[in-house]
Amino acid sequence: MRRKMAILAAMLLLAGGGGFIAPASAEEVAPPAMTEMVEVDTASPAIEEASAPPTLEEVSASVEATQMNLNIVWTAVAAFLVFFMQAGFAMVETGFTRAKNAVNILMKNLMDFSMGSLAFFLVGFGLMFGASNGLFGTTHFGLSGIVGAEGGNAWGYTFFIFQLVFAATAATIVSGAMAERTKFSAYLVYSFIVSLVIYPIFGSWAWGGLLDGGGWLENLSTGAFCDFAGSTVVHSIGGWLALAGAIVLGPRLGKYGPDKKPRAIMGHNLPLAALGVFILWFGWFGFNPGSTTTGDGSIGRIAVTTNLAAAAGAVAALAAAWAMFKKPDASMTLNGALAGLVAITAPCATVTPLGSVAIGLVAGVLVVLSVVFFDAVLKVDDPVGAVSVHGVNGLWGTLAAGLFNAEAVLGTGETSTGLFYGGGTSQLISQLIGAGAAFAWAFGIGLVMFLAIKYTMGLRVTPAEELRGLDIGEHGMEAYSGFQIFSTQ
Amino acid sequence: MKMITAYIQPERLTAVKQALYEAKVFKLSVTNALGCGQQMGYSETYRGVQTEVNLLKKVRVEIAVNDGFVKPTVDAIIQGARTDTIGDGKIFISPLEECIRIRTGEKGGVAIG
Repeated sequence: MRRKMAILAAMLLLAGGGGFIAPASAEEVAPPAMTEMVEVDTASPAIEEASAPPTLEEVSASVEATQMNLNIVWTAVAAFLVFFMQAGFAMVETGFTRAKNAVNILMKNLMDFSMGSLAFFLVGFGLMFGASNGLFGTTHFGLSGIVGAEGGNAWGYTFFIFQLVFAATAATIVSGAMAERTKFSAYLVYSFIVSLVIYPIFGSWAWGGLLDGGGWLENLSTGAFCDFAGSTVVHSIGGWLALAGAIVLGPRLGKYGPDKKPRAIMGHNLPLAALGVFILWFGWFGFNPGSTTTGDGSIGRIAVTTNLAAAAGAVAALAAAWAMFKKPDASMTLNGALAGLVAITAPCATVTPLGSVAIGLVAGVLVVLSVVFFDAVLKVDDPVGAVSVHGVNGLWGTLAAGLFNAEAVLGTGETSTGLFYGGGTSQLISQLIGAGAAFAWAFGIGLVMFLAIKYTMGLRVTPAEELRGLDIGEHGMEAYSGFQIFSTQ
Repeated sequence: MKMITAYIQPERLTAVKQALYEAKVFKLSVTNALGCGQQMGYSETYRGVQTEVNLLKKVRVEIAVNDGFVKPTVDAIIQGARTDTIGDGKIFISPLEECIRIRTGEKGGVAIG
């Protein structure tokens, strides 16, 4: 043991002294500066024999190309992480609902991604990021202008797959709130429409400028609407659509007793729900840090704020649930972690780590109060808490940017725009306008769409089918064949 | 003493428990059961192949009562479980020879009540 320590100490000495036998790893860890690269190149005999050393322009072009490829790799990896969030949503929703509807929930999650992928490819991406007519984009339909460009390596492909998984996230939020009673065919129609027009049009207002578009929320006189990774664009839109859907559908049979008091309908698999939350948390490291679409140090900074807010959300929800229900409720604590993540999504790049903790703490308390409020006061039956997690906390996170933005403290800007950091109220007003527009758009058009579906093809299954379970009624199969499920609700 | 055994639809259990509670019958056992009656089952498809599912999920409720409680108990079960559709279930009443409360050793009607 002592001998090992001695060797270690000797190695450290050598490395620290910069001796010529310093371990190679010490040099590899630090990214090579430009001048070093040039030196290495000229030193190699192959180059010496060839023509003149590369010019500064060539070197800078090569550095630029490397950075571009780094951006592509990081953005693509982040997109794959966000794709995995689909599995997280599927597990959370399955776990929080009853065994007799598990196949239905899984099918909804699979199909909203699949239908959404096609809709977003054909129309949605163009509406969101094509050259804008002021209200929505009009180019890039079916990836036109990207296919065939730049020798097949166009940035547009990477950007498209990244934006596609975001669109699918917004679409899939709704399935949980409408769980256990929605007609499968009606859900397919909804999921196509949301990725086709509803999500992309609002997205073009806030994010169109990330590619070729541009929207009015990016050009507010009080400062551009700040929604870095989509508290509003993705989560609130999904959450408010979910609210509209749950209202039009009505509560599940047996959710409210004859005295109108809410009854608990317990989820059948908390382990699956917990797995889903961990997967979502993991996926969020692509969702937020990936929204830089740039391979640089901001990835780490945003990962820190993202994680701290999630942790604070879980802790605050735990405390709130413990105080209100006398027990540390697992399902509420799981929702609390997600609430923190949703809330930090808008301000993740512009707040300090301490600010993110504050945002997460508020989110954790807010989600518990909000679940109880929707359940007991408004009597909207949302089996998984999607409206509270995504709608309400998306709103909170968006406003939090106007309060906690601290660009000057972080060193990313000259002045801080957050109210608490001396930025005044103008950013907060922009945030209010953006969040308000999201509610009006998503909730309004959501009501119209779900009512239209209700009065044409029908939105809800028959009571008899609901009681037996949608797995048998809609899909003719069971999730747990061969298992004994004690299901009496 | 009688043993009342009822097979009901699983989703009616909450209503049956409520009706029994109102009839002041508080003691019951509930188990999962599979069974078939006039309903004749339903068909599922799995990976394109059709399968007949003949045995349907039911819930079995067992209540041991003194003779005076037979009618209120049966009425409560019917009130909670009846939907006027096939598959509502059946109630069986059988004589009960003895009942012993394990904790005290009491026997007969005292042990049931």
